[in-house]
Amino acid sequence: MDRDDCAGKKQEGFSVARMLEERGVSRRDFLKFCSTVTAAMALPATMAPKVAQALDKVQRPPLVWLEFQDCCGDTEALLRSANPTVGELVLDILSVDYHETIMAAAGHQAEANLEKTIKEFQGKYLCVVEGSIPMKEGGAYGCVGGKSHLARAKQVCGSAAATIAVGTCASYGGIAAAAPNPTGAVGVKEAVPGATVINLPGCPCNADNLTAVVVHFLTFGKLPNLDSHGRPLFAYGKRIHDNCERRPHFDAGQYVEHWGDDAHRKGHCLYKMGCKGPATFHNCPTQRFNEKVSWPVASGHGCVGCSEPQFWDTSPLYRRLPNVPGFGIEQSADRIGLAFAAGVGGAFAIHGALNALRKDKDGADENKKDGEE
Amino acid sequence: MAKIVVDPITRIEGHLRIEAELEGGKIKDAWSSSTMFRGIEKILKGRDPRDAWYWTQRFCGVCTTVHSIASIRAVEDALKIKVPPNAQLIRNIIIGIQGVQDHVIHFYHLHALDWVDITSALKADPVKTASLAASISDWPNNSATHFKAVQEKLKAFVGTGRLGPFANAYWGHPAYKLPPEANLMATAHYLEALEWQKEVIKIHAILGSKNPHPQTFLVGGMSIPVDPDSQNALNADKLITIKRLLAKAQDFVEKVYIPDLLAIASFYKDWAAIGGGVGNFLSYGEFPDPISGNLWFPPGAIMNKDISKVLPLDQQKVTEYVDHSWYEYQDAKGKGLHPWKGESEAKYTGPKPPYEFLDTDKKYSWVKAPRYDEAPMEVGPLARILVAYVAGHKESKAAVDLVLGKLGVGPAALFSTLGRTAARGIDALLIARQTPLWLDALIANIAKGDYRIHANEMWDPKQWPAEASGYGWHEAPRGALGHWIKIKDQKIYNYQAVVPSTWNASPRDAKGQRGPYESALVGTPVAKPDQPLEILRTIHSFDPCLACAVHVTDATGNELVRVKVS
Repeated sequence: MDRDDCAGKKQEGFSVARMLEERGVSRRDFLKFCSTVTAAMALPATMAPKVAQALDKVQRPPLVWLEFQDCCGDTEALLRSANPTVGELVLDILSVDYHETIMAAAGHQAEANLEKTIKEFQGKYLCVVEGSIPMKEGGAYGCVGGKSHLARAKQVCGSAAATIAVGTCASYGGIAAAAPNPTGAVGVKEAVPGATVINLPGCPCNADNLTAVVVHFLTFGKLPNLDSHGRPLFAYGKRIHDNCERRPHFDAGQYVEHWGDDAHRKGHCLYKMGCKGPATFHNCPTQRFNEKVSWPVASGHGCVGCSEPQFWDTSPLYRRLPNVPGFGIEQSADRIGLAFAAGVGGAFAIHGALNALRKDKDGADENKKDGEE
Repeated sequence: MAKIVVDPITRIEGHLRIEAELEGGKIKDAWSSSTMFRGIEKILKGRDPRDAWYWTQRFCGVCTTVHSIASIRAVEDALKIKVPPNAQLIRNIIIGIQGVQDHVIHFYHLHALDWVDITSALKADPVKTASLAASISDWPNNSATHFKAVQEKLKAFVGTGRLGPFANAYWGHPAYKLPPEANLMATAHYLEALEWQKEVIKIHAILGSKNPHPQTFLVGGMSIPVDPDSQNALNADKLITIKRLLAKAQDFVEKVYIPDLLAIASFYKDWAAIGGGVGNFLSYGEFPDPISGNLWFPPGAIMNKDISKVLPLDQQKVTEYVDHSWYEYQDAKGKGLHPWKGESEAKYTGPKPPYEFLDTDKKYSWVKAPRYDEAPMEVGPLARILVAYVAGHKESKAAVDLVLGKLGVGPAALFSTLGRTAARGIDALLIARQTPLWLDALIANIAKGDYRIHANEMWDPKQWPAEASGYGWHEAPRGALGHWIKIKDQKIYNYQAVVPSTWNASPRDAKGQRGPYESALVGTPVAKPDQPLEILRTIHSFDPCLACAVHVTDATGNELVRVKVS
């Protein structure tokens, strides 16, 4: 679709850039923001002027945010966003016409806002979905305003320019879809197959990736390229393991064996503590969280693999790869999987040997236990 | 009898619906219904108890951390694990900043617009606004220049004709009482609080890797290593950053939140006689001393608004009813079940969507009806502060007396919508002042050379008894939270959470006793039935969290579908 279609009603002089200026954001800061977002989109720095140029022109596109079987975690992640801040995002860059957690209106007045936007901007608004959609019991497991989540999803996602599924629940069904999936929970793409959907899984999704998708859409008038699980390659194109700051310790066979041991304090590899980094596609190591303060591995806990489609049923937190149910079936984004699984097993065998050379009795014992599992 | 429906109740966590009957401009009766169900506890069955904290944390992303804390405490109770002092102190700091940040977000972003008319702020005089602000606080941003800039931004925003999240609200409603200057001041602080909250919660990122949903909790301790000589552990640099952020948190609470709360409350004193509720209060107590385990906030119950005594707690007295909830007990109809014996199957018997009204005479909510000693209980900051006040907790007593004194009202005013909102501020103030002391204790303990963060001896499930039961209590921002677990053959056999909003959003029980939201709404005036602003005020005063509130357990021992091990 054409970017200008997203403009809504033309209000001369109220482009995103102009709104930011009105709110006291200097041109310099605006250009800095464009560079930051360009980097988050994994685009070359030379693209930053194009982003700035686009935002100079584009009007505030309407956005509606639907919460289904959610925990509000992705909304909270949005509230922590820094580039832009949530204030800029909600007040200047987008027109957030519906978001139950933050909107002032309630009840039928709130519903009227949603109806108005989807009617007035049919095919031109952005939709964000948080939480899974329950398919059983005629939709009775999730209702807002007496309407089922499924009916709302069909109505709203069906006529959006694009739908961004934020978090693992909206992407793949998430926690509610874990066995035995009592409510028949599914992700947006499965519930509304005809919708244009981009998945931003993670628990919660990283707000920087959400912002980057929105800006990408505003800049290029289309969604970024996706992998086979519907995730943007700029954020999910590489494994945690590929960019992990502890990777040298994995390669050197230096592993944490017990919580709080010497290796743990020194920042060694958490693979033996159940880290799923080698099988997880996400940009946590580079993007980090809360303005780059940290991410799970940096804080001493393994990656749990929360951005993978079957995450909840394949990832006991403290069981190590590859002895994890489901691992090796479809964990890879683009057919790296089985070869890779063998690779990790092989790599680990070598490191196990290294460990043995280091006279690491516990490690050797652990290996034996694993073999028995 | 005309019923009005408010669905969705916005500016809360989750999906809540209120149906109410009006008579003579007042609410005659009310029903609270949760309209979303996931069944997470059923999903938990058969999984590793050490993983439960991660799963239960997903009950809610607003109350992030709270279910993790309750969960690891429940498993530690079952396995009789004592965590090292560092881990306990790190947890206290995580709990503390969660409470302060959550309360501020609630006040400004979820509750304020019930009292503050943003459109009236456009008419304010920035100079007068600055002198109003200066009369209550020495917060450096309260200048005429700043207020003018905020007003200009607001004008530009309104000028676009696209009000986004502020569209179509009850602006201009006769129940709004603030002068334009107070509205402008509150609007400016609404925006400041947005910036502030993302900064101070970086404490969770340092100690927990990220927020929401931190990831360093462990059964037996924490996974954030402590070592002053390592760049990969909690060292002096990180500790000092936490110190700075805690000071920033305390500063905002003392100089912005509390003065605003008092200023706004002074215009709404009639709300000190509205929205009282059930009059029974439950608090589990919080902030264990790392050595003795004694709780800083004392636990206890207060019944029938009797503030002469606090009753000691007995966890066996907690039961849940499902007579008006969409579940079915096998042979306990009309009875309440203790969480360890909790058994329920989701069974939807409500109207097929889309629907206009629920059948409130029958079953009408996904929330169960928890009772303590057969009585409905209010939980939350008000319960926590009341119990502490009556128990003679000196910091609480001083803070309550200060706030009541400034408002010129007595303790009876606490039993109201306004009292509930004031108690949340008092709670934030107490916790903001106490949390830096937990940090000091942590620094002192590390200085002694104690780097332990985890009790390893029970980490391997092979060492566990064949069967174990435990419970974990946590006084979360929204109140008394309990997780009960039964472990069998190293797996979760039964998991049950009785959550703050389950207590507060409770529907009627077998005896027809209303839950706290429902009771509090009875008698509330509603000036304009098509704009029920007053309903939002009372409901928001509880700070609802509905995703938390809904859950189901399956204790029948059914074999669940397991994923095949490849």
